[in-house]
Amino acid sequence: MKGTGDPPPKRTAREETKMDKQKKALSFRDGIRDALPICLGYLSVSFAFGMIASDRGMPAWIAALFAVTCVSGTGQFVGLNLLADSAPLFEMFCTLAVINARYLLMSVSLSQKLPEKTNLWQRLVIAYGNTDEIFALASTSSAALTFPYMLGMILISVLGWTAGTVFGEAAGGVIPSSVVSAVNIALYAMYIALIVPDARRSLPVTAVVLFAAALSCLLTFLPPDSLGSGWVIIIAGLAASAFGAALFPRGAGEEEEP
Amino acid sequence: MTTGFMLLGIAVMSGVTWAIRMIPLAVVRKKFKNRYFLSLLYYLPYGVLSAMIFPAVFSSCGSIPASSAGAGVALILSFFRAKLIVVAAAAVITAWMVGMMIG
Repeated sequence: MKGTGDPPPKRTAREETKMDKQKKALSFRDGIRDALPICLGYLSVSFAFGMIASDRGMPAWIAALFAVTCVSGTGQFVGLNLLADSAPLFEMFCTLAVINARYLLMSVSLSQKLPEKTNLWQRLVIAYGNTDEIFALASTSSAALTFPYMLGMILISVLGWTAGTVFGEAAGGVIPSSVVSAVNIALYAMYIALIVPDARRSLPVTAVVLFAAALSCLLTFLPPDSLGSGWVIIIAGLAASAFGAALFPRGAGEEEEP
Repeated sequence: MTTGFMLLGIAVMSGVTWAIRMIPLAVVRKKFKNRYFLSLLYYLPYGVLSAMIFPAVFSSCGSIPASSAGAGVALILSFFRAKLIVVAAAAVITAWMVGMMIG
């Protein structure tokens, strides 16, 4: 029986989004759906943050406030130590600026993916939620980004991030520490799952990924030790991208690979 | 750590984090045209994410063997295009099991 054919293969949410891009724009619900893995990953990482915050004597409501305003894992863990050491405010300012300077790059990159008509207040909201994970999802999306889509991703992620912090504060002693430390790998695994499939089908992306990984390892393990991880990420990420752009410049009409 | 000090510190740290994320998005309104710069921006997510993964993932769970096992499982599964959540869960479970075995 030709013509009727087999039923269409089951597709994942992200693939469906890609297939439907001509038909309809990405919605708020699409954002919620696509960012669900981020929400779950955040629950576990912020759970660890909540436990440590409770250990340092930070009340749950303040830890939750820190989580919901900062939405920066590394920033908050370091910030917690700075607060516990009663560091000067200027030191907090500088440390967070260096740790999070990579977001300058990510926001420049994201600015190119947003529709030009995105207005200022929408940009301010998107900026608030431009975390590593949301940036990774947004920048590897082949469909055009929309504000409701970004808002959906941000809301579900911040919900997971804040809820995990509160749970961590509340249930600190209940979960075995072996589980909590294993959970720390969740977000790294997610980054791996975001870049490896693209690297597999594109030699230039593979080259950039390997270059960045090698340089990042070199800068981390070679002296001087004083180079913080924030700087290592910026230098290695930028150098690898510049290397990729020099060796494999992309054609004018080229969008995402099919 | 008084409550006032914590709130002030959080205001400073969250404020600077938001400002860093906000300034480029608020300022850059046009699409870039330069081919080299566009290529650089295209590769940037891959470069930055890769630099964030390596070498940090190998010590992410405290124990290097456990973290490496989890990272290896994540690499293999994502090479075969497993879903994000599957890759994350498998990496956590692997790291936890190896961590328990080694002790």
